Amino acid sequence: MTDQLAETFGCPATDLHEQDVLYPSHEQYFEVIGALADDGFSMCVDLTGVDYLEYSGRPLPDGVQAERFEVVVNLLDIGQRRRIRVRVQVPESDASLPSLFDIYPGTEAMEREVFDMFGVSFTDHPDLTRILMPEDWEGHPLRKDYDVGTIPVQFKEAGA
Amino acid sequence: MSTETEGTTDYYSRFQAGTSEGDQGLRPRSEITAKELMREVGSVLRMSEADVASLDDAPDDETMIINMGPQHPSTHGVLRLMLELQGETVLRCKPVIGYLHTGMEKTGEQLTYTQGGTNVTRMDYVSPIANELVFSMATEKLLGIDADIPDRAVWIRMLLAELNRMSSHLLFMATNGMDLGAVSMMIYGWREREEVLRFFQEVTGLRMNHNFIRPGGVAADLPAGWRDGVLNLLDIIPDRLDEYDILMTGQPIWRERLQGVGVITPTEALALGATGPILRSAGVEWDLRRDQPYMYYDEMEFDVVVGSYGDCFDRYAIRLAEIRESMKIVRQILDRMPSGDYRIQDKKVTPPPRARIDESMEALIHHFKIFTEGFKVPEGEVYVGVESPRGEIGCYIASDGSANPYRMHMRDPSFVNIQCLPHMMRGGLVADAVAVISSVDPVLGGVDR
Repeated sequence: MTDQLAETFGCPATDLHEQDVLYPSHEQYFEVIGALADDGFSMCVDLTGVDYLEYSGRPLPDGVQAERFEVVVNLLDIGQRRRIRVRVQVPESDASLPSLFDIYPGTEAMEREVFDMFGVSFTDHPDLTRILMPEDWEGHPLRKDYDVGTIPVQFKEAGA
Repeated sequence: MSTETEGTTDYYSRFQAGTSEGDQGLRPRSEITAKELMREVGSVLRMSEADVASLDDAPDDETMIINMGPQHPSTHGVLRLMLELQGETVLRCKPVIGYLHTGMEKTGEQLTYTQGGTNVTRMDYVSPIANELVFSMATEKLLGIDADIPDRAVWIRMLLAELNRMSSHLLFMATNGMDLGAVSMMIYGWREREEVLRFFQEVTGLRMNHNFIRPGGVAADLPAGWRDGVLNLLDIIPDRLDEYDILMTGQPIWRERLQGVGVITPTEALALGATGPILRSAGVEWDLRRDQPYMYYDEMEFDVVVGSYGDCFDRYAIRLAEIRESMKIVRQILDRMPSGDYRIQDKKVTPPPRARIDESMEALIHHFKIFTEGFKVPEGEVYVGVESPRGEIGCYIASDGSANPYRMHMRDPSFVNIQCLPHMMRGGLVADAVAVISSVDPVLGGVDR
C-alpha cells in the first residue's frame, strides 16, 4: 500500500499505526494535495502545524530532510471511507507554503490558525491575518521558543 | 503630572500595540477588489468568475457593516460576527473568533498524558466526553494498547458518549428554542439535559468536565444502581421528546422560522469541511460511527439521519432524531454491558488500586510516580477522529517519547463548522442570522480552545 502511494505521488510514504502518511517536498506539496483531491479525497478534515525545534531527531522516511516546522494535512475520502495524512517540511528560513484555499476552501480558518500560532505564512491565502490572538500580538505562541509565563498581558487599544 | 515617574510610562507602554498582523474584521466593499470578493463565495461554490459577477447584486452604496456580538446573547458565548447589510438583508458575513482563546493546545504540551484529560475536557465543554474519548484513543494508539482495552471500559465509554450526545443535543434544543423566541423550550431543554448531567454526576462525580475517560480505560467502574439511572433516563426522555414534537416540530411559526433558512448545499458543506449534523442536513450520509466505526459501533443497530434541504429545520430535525437514535444505542449497550475490568491492567499506564496503596510501599511509589511523572509514550504521531455531537472531533498527537505530548492538536468541529456561517447567511435576513448561528450549534470553548 505504501509503495503504491509512494509511486503514485512520487514522494515517500509510511503507514505508522495503520495510517497512511505522505511526505511531499515543499515544491511537491500543492501538486500532491491537488492530485489527492482529484483522487477522491473530497474533504480536508484538518490542517495544523508542529514546531520541531526541540525534537529534530524525529523518525522520518529516507529522503525527507527534517526542517523546523511541519504542516500536517488530514484528508478524508467520503466515497471510499479512507483517510490520508500529508506531512510537509517547512524550513525556518522560508516559512511559507502555497495556500490550499483554492482546493479546499475549508482550510481558510485552519491556515490562519497555523499562521497565527506558528508564523508559517500561506501564499495566495485570501485573508491571512491572526485568528485566535489579537491583531497586535507579538510572536507566535505555539512555537517552542515562545516564552510561556513571562510576557505582560497585552490588550488592544488600552493606551496610557 | 509631576508625580508620574518614568516607571509608570514604561508600565503603560507595554499595553500599546507594537505590531499588527492586519485587521481581522470584515473589510468594506470599497476596499476590496472584485477578485477578492469573488474568492469569498466563488471558490466555495466552485463558480467561474462570470457566475460570481452575476451573483454580485449589491450596490456600492447603501450597505453598512455592523457587529453582532461578541456579547450578543444569541451568539452562544463570545462569537462576533461582522455583517454587511443592505437594509435587512445580509450580504456578507465574517466570524471573528479568539475571544475565548486560552492556549489550551500550548497547555497540553506542558501536561503529562495523565493530566491531559483535564485539559481537553474543557475545550468543547458541552461534549466533554467526546474530547476525553478522542484524546485517550489517540494516546492509546501511540502506546499500542488500543486493541487491549478491556471490553467493559469500551462499553462504558460508548454509554457515556451516547448519553453525552443526548445531553448536547438537548442543550441545542434549548438554545435553539431560546434564540427563536420559544422561551419555554429553553426551560424544557435545560431540564432534560440536567437529568442526563445528574446521571453523569453519579457516575463521574461531576456534571461537566469529567476527566473520566483516561488513557487505558475509565477512571472508575460504574456505581451501583447505574442501570436504574439509565433506565430512568430512557423512561423520561422519549415522552419529553414527543412533547417537543408537539411544541415545535409541527408548529407553523416554528416551521416558518426555520424552513428554507440558512441553506447549505452538499458541495459547499464538503468544500468547507463541515461535519456532523451540518453535513448530514445537506444529504451527505456521513457518520463516523457507521462509516469508520470505532469501539463497538459496528455491532450497534442505529440509523444515520440525513436531511434533504440543508436548511435550519433539517438540522433541528436531525438533532432531535439523533437523540432518539442515541437512546436506541444506549438500550443495546444496557443489554450487552459485560462484566470485567474497567481499565487495562498495564502497570505502566494504570495506577495500583487504592487498597494496595495502604499495604504496599511499592504500590505507593508506583501511584505517586504515575501521577507526578506520568508515563512515557513511544515516539510517533497519530490522528484519531470520532463523531462528537457537533461533527468530527479529532486529536493529533506528536510524541517525542517523553511523558508529555510534544504537540497536541484538537480538530474541533465547531472551529471548522462556523466557516459555514457566511454561506448560510448570504442573502438572508438579519433575523434569520440568529436562527443560522443557532443551527450550526457552535461551542466557543471548542472554537477558540
